[in-house]
Amino acid sequence: MRFSVILRTAARLLVPLILLFSVFLLLRGHNETGGGFIGGLVAGISFALYAIAYGTAASRESLRARPQRLMAVGLGIAVLSGLLPLFGGGTLLEGIWVKWGGLKVGTPVLFDVGVYLLVIGLTLVIVYELEEHNPGLFPQSVAPE
Amino acid sequence: MVELSGAPAWFASACLVAIAFSLVMTVIRLLRGPTLPDRVVSLDLVAYQAVAFMLVYAVLTGQPAFLDVSLVLALVAFLGTVAFARYIEYFSIGEEAAQASE
Repeated sequence: MRFSVILRTAARLLVPLILLFSVFLLLRGHNETGGGFIGGLVAGISFALYAIAYGTAASRESLRARPQRLMAVGLGIAVLSGLLPLFGGGTLLEGIWVKWGGLKVGTPVLFDVGVYLLVIGLTLVIVYELEEHNPGLFPQSVAPE
Repeated sequence: MVELSGAPAWFASACLVAIAFSLVMTVIRLLRGPTLPDRVVSLDLVAYQAVAFMLVYAVLTGQPAFLDVSLVLALVAFLGTVAFARYIEYFSIGEEAAQASE
């Protein structure tokens, strides 16, 4: 089985587009529908598409970090954003907001970024494990043409 | 952000009815489809009909939130079809190899 040329070309165009859209969803969760979870799922899908088109090895390489590490870092960021208000004398998970130019940035954004990374890691752990445990079904062992 | 009224609303409603009808026809093909590729293609078509339905509904009700749902679905729907195609290809190659070895 070979990698399809059509799929590879489409993936090269679509992966950046889907990634950009996932960041848009993440940041729009601030005021409207969206947020870290759905953004992370969409970003995970873009890496899964890359894995289907080019094999899991190339997809892991493009991720540049183990998905397990992404999960750990994301969970750490989310916990940190919950713990930060405690140092300022607030309660757990209280939102601290900072005016940064005309933009309001606060711990909920940090929490969403943590969820985003966590969901990417979780999705990719599942996708990569499923693909790599079916040798022959996915052609990562076959050299590209 | 404004709800349609008058003739455009009637037209959008007619579009919804037409899409719903084609959705029913596609589901019939999905249930009857003699081979697996037929069913996969009809499933793909169902996803895009859902996209079209949501777009018309967003125009009709003036709710821009539906546009994002349809955008995500349109970007992602083909992935399921690609995965199905991969399985079909794999299993058909397996069958050919089995026939060749007999």
